[in-house]
Formats: sequence, structure tokens, C-alpha cells
Amino acid sequence: MNAPDPTPLWIKGARVIDPASGRDEAKGDLFAVDGRLVARLTPAQLAKARKVDARGLVAAPGFVDLNCRLGQPGRSARESIATGTRAAAAGGFTTLLAMPDTLPCVDHPGTLQLIHDICETDAAVRVLPAGALTKGLAGKALAPIGSLAKAGVVAVTDTVGGVENNEIMRRALEYAAMFGLVVLDHCQDSSMTEGAQMHEGAVSLRLGLRGFPSAAEEVVAASDCALAELTGARIHLQHLSAARTVDAVRRARSRGARVSAEVSPLHLLLTDRALAGYDPNLKLNPPLREEGDRQALLAGLAEGVIEAIASDHSPCTATEKDREFDLAPFGAATLEVAFAAAHEAVVLGGVADLPTLLARLTSGPARILGIEAGTLAEGRPADIALLDPKAGWVFRARDSASLAGNHALEGRRLRGRVKATFVGGRKVT
Amino acid sequence: MAPTTRWKSKDLIGIDPLGEDDIGMVFREADRFLPALSRAGGLSLLKGHTVVNLFLEPSTRTRTAFDISAKRLGAEVVSIDTSASSLVKGETLRDTALNIEALKADAIVLRHSSAGAAAYLARQVGISVINAGDGAHEHPTQALLDAYTLRRRFGKVAGLKVTILGDILFSRVARSNILCLGKLGAEVTVAGPATLVPERLAEAFPGVRIERDLRKALARADAVMLLRIQHERQTTTHFPSLGEYTSQFGLNAARAAWLKPGAVIMHPGPINRGVEVESDLADGPRSVILDQVSHGVAVRMAVLNLCMGASRR
Repeated sequence: MNAPDPTPLWIKGARVIDPASGRDEAKGDLFAVDGRLVARLTPAQLAKARKVDARGLVAAPGFVDLNCRLGQPGRSARESIATGTRAAAAGGFTTLLAMPDTLPCVDHPGTLQLIHDICETDAAVRVLPAGALTKGLAGKALAPIGSLAKAGVVAVTDTVGGVENNEIMRRALEYAAMFGLVVLDHCQDSSMTEGAQMHEGAVSLRLGLRGFPSAAEEVVAASDCALAELTGARIHLQHLSAARTVDAVRRARSRGARVSAEVSPLHLLLTDRALAGYDPNLKLNPPLREEGDRQALLAGLAEGVIEAIASDHSPCTATEKDREFDLAPFGAATLEVAFAAAHEAVVLGGVADLPTLLARLTSGPARILGIEAGTLAEGRPADIALLDPKAGWVFRARDSASLAGNHALEGRRLRGRVKATFVGGRKVT
Repeated sequence: MAPTTRWKSKDLIGIDPLGEDDIGMVFREADRFLPALSRAGGLSLLKGHTVVNLFLEPSTRTRTAFDISAKRLGAEVVSIDTSASSLVKGETLRDTALNIEALKADAIVLRHSSAGAAAYLARQVGISVINAGDGAHEHPTQALLDAYTLRRRFGKVAGLKVTILGDILFSRVARSNILCLGKLGAEVTVAGPATLVPERLAEAFPGVRIERDLRKALARADAVMLLRIQHERQTTTHFPSLGEYTSQFGLNAARAAWLKPGAVIMHPGPINRGVEVESDLADGPRSVILDQVSHGVAVRMAVLNLCMGASRR
């Protein structure tokens, strides 16, 4: 990654929204020196500062993404750290938690070192690798979580493989807590989802596709909540999709369990009805569900039961996706449209205001990871997103910085666009 | 139904996009071809055309019926099945289809285990694509021939009460029939094990009735369609055994006695004799199973002629 920008930065006349501090200033300025935010510049610094006219724009902390995949190592036909982080920058993200399901997976400090080395030279934004929870993501035996923590992981997860053995999950929670690591879980009882292609409901019945019942997510979320209470450890549930999962998290939190949750922008915006034409780029795991689920996710987000919006950027090549629906892999490339999708669903949908949306993209995920990001507080890294919430635009794959060939929402009219992104005071897009 | 109505699509992907007029057009075409079936020699409407049967899932009846239908219209027929296709060498469906198009074939009849495969293929190629069954999604020519059989038997389909019995969940025949019969104004009831007849079918297919009482489901029917129990699609959890299926839902003489006097028994084949239906009933006077098979040729001739005609235009 590039070194902090030594040129002082002066962002002028923006609506400054910093959810972490509650700051919402109609016309404000931001200043940075040596990559960190400062209260003001000296006259000498002002004179040589890079001035950014941000009138009419919103200045927010750079977004923090709890769930994305960057292709390297091993999946570099799908994405690379260079391309994935540039797509992230185009989408306003300045800190990414990269999932460990690479080839090889991140269950060894050596792999972690490799990722750090690539990031050193290639990454346009900050990349925090997540470690595997179990060896080989196989769900059988714990990965060397202590060594991974020492090598710099900030969270551990088996991601879409999920840990289904409750004894292993219990011990993983206890063990990871020793190192202050949060455990992330993808909730899916795979015994209920064999051959599943989309949400189980009226649409899957109509299309003749096997479905993921909502209950396959709910039962695992419920057991995760029980284990969080048993161990007193922190657990974070990834990309919720079902209404009753939101309820489970709400109930557990009200009892004081240390449970947090995220949702993806596509799950906030779309339902299973979007699959009527068998669009493989909307074949997701967890799947897009029904309107009642979408409304429950939005309500949970507004209320704060769901503290984070995570892109769930899962790049695939066009060739991998260009085939029969049930043979195509799951996932969509979303980093560049995440803000616009969430903005449409949450703000334009009248569910919550812009500062609340931005909290879920910045301070919320940063708090879950316990990292120094997602805020515009003085002294913090000058990671900033400049947004135009009113801008209408159409996303085109050919304009994408990502290598992926599975863009969601291509050709859709979007409202709300990221105009510029700064990492350590340096403009990266 | 204006007589000027024209068949619009080069493809037949499913019943879903068809209107009542389209279905009527297929029936009128089939009426035209039906008398020719028993006559020696064929027609030459599709002379000089090539139809490729791309069957990537086992099938005898449907494939043979398409084969005969195309030949009766004067077309050349090439059949490709799973074991002979390059798909076993890793070629994608898209490439297989593009190659068939480059070989200057005029139509592809596709049978595939993936729902949505026919629509996918139709987007890749400019030639006609006829869906001969895509996963658990649709099997439109089967539904058309079933409705055609009912129309010939009862004079019209509107107002008929049709009960579909068996594995609805995994059945493309059930889906296409529910849609087709619904569009023609019949009243469709579905029945069978709760694991294979989910409640939400009523929401997925507005107008369809779910009847949990087998006696009631049979007693109201003018026609009962039995579906084959498909071992290859059901996971082990949907019912305990074929024997238990037969004891609970198999159509036997005692249950057939619940049927109305004029009610007919239908089956898309292949029949598992002694499982979903007793042999005597399958061969008995109520059975129109073999009529379905012969009507299948006339209906498929109609579909091929209409779609390939639209493709030429």
C-alpha cells in the first residue's frame, strides 16, 4: 500500500458526517497531515495543501467492509488484491476484511505473510486478512488461532463452509477470545441445503429449483447465540438473510449476549423475485429471500440489531457464471455498487437517514472488529469517502476496476455515488 | 381467438409465457397432423431442415416422439445423448449449442437436468430451441399433449377438474400441466405425500388446490394424472419406501372406485407398474395413457412446425 500522503489535505465545504462522534455539519472542512486527520492546518500547510472542493458532497469516513474476497492467493482469475482493492476504493471502502477461503486458505501464518507481502506492493486500500477458524476450513480441528493472531489476523471464520459442530464452535469461541479475536460465522445447516440453489419459497417452487429453507440459517444462528451466552465470548453472524434470524440476534442481544450481525446490500435491496429469469449473478449464499425478510433486515439495520453492512463481494469469472444456473457458483461482485444499493434500500426507501446508513458502513463494522477505523476523529487515519447521494448513474461492467465477471446490478439505474476515496490522506480513486 | 393470430416465438421454453391463443394454435395444428399419423409417408413441411435432439438426461418416450414428429414433417434428425456428447469431455452446454448452430441445424430439442437450461440455451443461439424438459422446471410439450388429450376426450378443457397425484415437488410435468390447464380454464387439484406437495404450491401457482384427503382428490376428478415416482430426483428423506408410497397413494381398484364414472386415468410415462398405479388400471378402459403417446407426436409436430416457421420469419 502507498505511504501516507505528505501533502496536507484540505477537503472544503462538504456536509461532514462522522457517525462515531455524532458530527453532522452542513458545511464543514476536513484537514489531514501525513495521512492523519487534524483539527486545522497551519498557514504554511494551508498554502501547500491539496484542496478538494467538496461543495454539494458528503464527506464520511471511508467504509469498513467485514466480508469480501480478493482472489489472492489461488483465485487470481477471479480477482487480485490490486484489482479488488481498486474496486473497493471506487466503492468508498478503505478497510477490507478479506475472507480466508483462498487457495491455500489462511490457516497458516505463512499464507498470511504472503498476503501481507502482496498487499504491501499492490493494495490500494487497507486489507486485514481474516484467519481460518479450523484447519483447512474443514470444521474438524481448530486452526492455529494463536499463531494467526500473532501474525496479525483480527478475526477468524470458516466463512461459507461454516462450523456445524457445536463443540468445535464452543471451543473456538473460548480459544479465540483469549486473543481478543472475534469469531465470524456463516449460518447454514448444510444437512438442510443439499443441492439448494436459491431461497426455498413460492419462487423456487415455480422455478423448479431446490431451496435453502430460512430455517437452515435460523437454527445455526440460534445455536451460535446459545454458545455466545455459554462462553461469554463475542460472535459475529455474517450476512443475515432471514427475518427470524434477525429476531434471534435481537433476543440474544437483549439478554446481554455478545452477538453482532451484518447484512449485504443486495439482501437489503432485492428479493427472490429477482431470480425469475435465472440470473446467475444473483445466485447468492445466503440466498435472496422474501419481502418480509427484506423488511425485517431493514428494520434490524435501522434499529441497530444489525450493526454493519458488508459487501459480501464474491468475485467469479464470467466463464464460471456463464452456464446452467445450478452449475454456476454462488456469489456476486458488489464492492462498486454496495453504497448505491444500500442507499436506495435504506435512505431512499425511507427506513433510516443517511447518517444511520453511514454508521453501518463505518463505525459499526469498525467496532465489531475493534479497529481504529471508520471515524473522522482527530488523530485517526485520513480515510475518507466523498459521496454524492443525489447522483444518478448506471453501473457498467466495462468500467469496473474489478476482474470479476459476476457483477450484480449491472445496467440498473442507481442513486448515490462515491465521488472520491482517500486512504491515509492520499486520493485513491 | 382471431384467426389471424400468429405464432410469435422461435422457441418453446415453457407454458408460462404462452397465452390461451398460443395453446389453441398448437391444438389446431395438431388436429391437422393427427390424421396423417396412421398414413404411410410423411409431410414435407420441414423438408431440408435438420432437428438436433440434444438429450442430456435419459429419455425414451419423449426423444422417440420428437424423432418421429420431426421425420413426419420431412426433417432430418440427429440425436445426441449424454454418453455421445462432448459434454462428458468438459465442453459446456453453450459451446455444444454454438457448434450445433454452426453445423447449420435449424432446431435443438433439449432435455437437460438443470432448471432454466432451455432458456439459457435459447439466449445463446439464433435457431429454434424446444424444451423437452429442464430439471424440475417445465416440460411444455408434455403438458400440451395432456391438455390436447383431454380436449379430444371431453370436447373442451375449460371447466374440467383435473387431479395431479404424486411427486409434485420435483415434477416438471406437474408444473407445466398446472400452468397449461390453468390457462385453459380447468380446475387443478394436487395431492400426494406432504413432503412432495408443499403448502406453498398454492402461492406459487395461484388457483391450484391442494387436497390432503386422497378420496376427495379422486372423487372430484374428471381426470387423474399420475406422476412417476422419480427415484433419481428425490433425496432419501421425502418418503420411506416405494412400498409405503404404494400403500398410501398408489392407484388401485379400491381407490379407482372413488372416481366418477367418466373419469380418465393419465400418466406421462414411464409407468412404474404396481407402484403408482396397478397394471389393470393402466391397461383398463379408463386409461388414456396410450392416447397421450400418440397425441404426443401430433402435438410435437405442431410445435416444431410453429417454432421453426417463426424462426424462418
